[in-house]
Amino acid sequence: MTERRVALTGMEVLAPGGLGRAEFWRLISEGRTATRGITFFDPAPFRSRVAAEADFCGLEYGLSPQEARRMDRAAQFAVVAAGNAVDDSGADLGGIAPHRVGVVVGSAVGATMGLDEEYRVVSDGGRLDLVDHRYAVPHLYNFLVPSSFAAEVAWAVGGEGPATVVSTGCTSGIDAVGYGAELVREGSVDVMVAGAADAPISPITLACFDAIKATTPRTEAPERASRPFDGTRNGFVLGEGAAFFVLEELESARRRDAHVYAEIAGYATRSNAYHMTGLRRDGAEMAEAIRVALAEARMNPEDVDYVNAHGSGTKQNDRHETAAFKKSLGEHAFRTPVSSIKSMVGHSLGAIGAIEIAASALAMEYDVVPPTANLHTPDPECDLDYVPLTARDQLVDAVLTVGSGFGGFQSAMVLAGPERSIV
Amino acid sequence: MTGASAPVAVTGLGVAAPNGLGAADYWAATRGGKSGIGRITRFDPSGYPAQLAGEIPGFDAAEHLPSRLLPQTDRVTRLALAAADWALADAGVAPESFDPLDMGVVTASHAGGFEFGQGELQKLWARGSQFVSAYQSFAWFYAVNSGQISIRHGMKGPSGVVVSDQAGGLDALAQARRQVRKGTPLIVTGALDASVCPWGWVAQLASGRMSTSAEPTRAYLPFDRDARGYVPGEGGALLVLEPADAARARGARVLGEIAGYGATIDPAPGSGRPSTLRTAIRVALDDAGAAPGDVDVVFADGAGVPELDRTEAEAVSEVFGSGRVAVTVPKSMTGRLYSGAAPLDVACALLAMRAGVIPPTVHTDPCPEYDLDLVLYQARPAELRTALVVARGHGGFNSAMVVRAGE
Repeated sequence: MTERRVALTGMEVLAPGGLGRAEFWRLISEGRTATRGITFFDPAPFRSRVAAEADFCGLEYGLSPQEARRMDRAAQFAVVAAGNAVDDSGADLGGIAPHRVGVVVGSAVGATMGLDEEYRVVSDGGRLDLVDHRYAVPHLYNFLVPSSFAAEVAWAVGGEGPATVVSTGCTSGIDAVGYGAELVREGSVDVMVAGAADAPISPITLACFDAIKATTPRTEAPERASRPFDGTRNGFVLGEGAAFFVLEELESARRRDAHVYAEIAGYATRSNAYHMTGLRRDGAEMAEAIRVALAEARMNPEDVDYVNAHGSGTKQNDRHETAAFKKSLGEHAFRTPVSSIKSMVGHSLGAIGAIEIAASALAMEYDVVPPTANLHTPDPECDLDYVPLTARDQLVDAVLTVGSGFGGFQSAMVLAGPERSIV
Repeated sequence: MTGASAPVAVTGLGVAAPNGLGAADYWAATRGGKSGIGRITRFDPSGYPAQLAGEIPGFDAAEHLPSRLLPQTDRVTRLALAAADWALADAGVAPESFDPLDMGVVTASHAGGFEFGQGELQKLWARGSQFVSAYQSFAWFYAVNSGQISIRHGMKGPSGVVVSDQAGGLDALAQARRQVRKGTPLIVTGALDASVCPWGWVAQLASGRMSTSAEPTRAYLPFDRDARGYVPGEGGALLVLEPADAARARGARVLGEIAGYGATIDPAPGSGRPSTLRTAIRVALDDAGAAPGDVDVVFADGAGVPELDRTEAEAVSEVFGSGRVAVTVPKSMTGRLYSGAAPLDVACALLAMRAGVIPPTVHTDPCPEYDLDLVLYQARPAELRTALVVARGHGGFNSAMVVRAGE
């Protein structure tokens, strides 16, 4: 039996400054940034006061008032993006047995925004230890357990196969798509609607990242606040959004003449087993994930045309990751372009891994490497080619995208362009 | 042996349940029909419409864990770390004797460290953001147990976390089995949940499915004519999975095999389409290469909500024939443990196979319409080779797993 291969045939991105895949690609290929001073609430009490906010409202994207009410903002991102991805794929899901259509949603922090708001009410501003159930909204259970996101997406697209949320912190997006690809590859489903969503720009999220100084305290020029790989970087900028994909078996995608953005050629995740938030300098476990993902894709380091970095813009992440690229790619790490789109759309925790998969697939689609914005000051510990400021035209036929998350998770995915997949 | 259909063995169990801490105590209580459901003691529940829970008594985290871990962990993570220790000891595994990359951790979660989260939310809103703990960024989130277990035991292999309400526990075991088959020699997997705190309680009440009965023997009655909702509990189980041949080669005791798995989600409410639970069960049987007649016992989900009990009874009758297979709900003694429930049922099934008895469903006076062969009130001796575990979650998640006895 020939091994089943996995094609990515539908895509939608809802990112700050880029609501929709076309607008998203214009933003990141033009090197513009979507970070700004927080407008969702008064950020004055917080150390970090910038974020990449999306001007998104589910009601404007087809959700009914009741749907919008029962869904946390992250679920709204997920449902809209998943529906548009299915439309983009041209797949007729109605022609497939419903139990052969599965759903997976990556999310690091679930309905944290809804929980924060509802807690404030039932506790009367933190006054009550015994919070008052009479003030709870009826859909509070859906905020408690973020698997409600997977149910909403399944209902929206009509899938009745396996459905779950993958929640591995900031690698949730890559891990969710990797999980979905695995179900297609092993034959458990014919089609997987896979992606990730998070909407973490809420007071509790700001407070917890303030407490460990993970987010940037920079307040002047918020559009230049996210500075991955730059010598002046001092923390990440919170973002939000979603990206979703349709994954299906490559041969059947070809038979129906689907547009294949990419093949999910390899995926692996490893753990550093070191610290819930800290990273060792050597990047050994991320390097291991990269090696395994490349081996699964049957590629050598030299085959990688572009590395879509995690590049969060914290001191420790960017040097950890640079070390991991050198360890896994060897000399090729110095030759291949590496960039972080978090410089433009911020770090949307669990969602960003999926948004970065979209960026990687679009880089192959257009043969353009998106840049790292705001990169002006070299850092001797970050000495690779990070594509500063301006996108680069070049053939892109294989992309490595990586993620690193709290809990110690290190994940890597290899995408191959459709030309490469023909052989 | 690796590969898509290589047998995967369970070699160790770590259990924390309301009716028993540790697999031995849990099994003695469960076999004996002893319930752990009672009035909530962790906070004053008198102002809430539901006041019963399956709480784990007598768990002193300081007895089991280094003191430095206590300030940074929710109760659920302390329970999970203890259960992981017990599961590895039960499997006879010294993690330091494995290559770190050869071990992974795959857990399910329902609510993360919700009680920890309540404390930090209270600090935020009552006192100010600068009072929020440096541990909040990871102590509450859904990945916390996988992360902390991997750190404690130096497990650097493939890990993961799934959330699919009460079905998630089986989804985690299935993902762990997938990783073992792809070549990872050892995975700690399963789930524990614990959100018996006021904020967790209020969020759970919103499900509208919790029993408001104040009588521990009358509150959670799966498949009963008077089913009136469920009682939540805390706890669950972690299991050690290994390739069956490698486990035998190292002389491990094989408790059983994860033989089959299937998962579906029900269509949207109001769609008019039927529940997909029967499909999940059939996929699991096919995956195990088992016929319905091979199954000796079904560990049912037992929602305790009439319409959910009915769809489950219908699915079991359709697949197995009316009254043709023994059905039990040991979680009638623990309450529903969310993602912890199904791994505990898998553990229970393995213990039942070894003992040759089916543990009972307590307190239920069965609704005759369901036509199930429920094992009621006391354990039933039976030779058990194959069990089916069913888990269903809020939102329509259905997962089913076939478990086979060890040699």
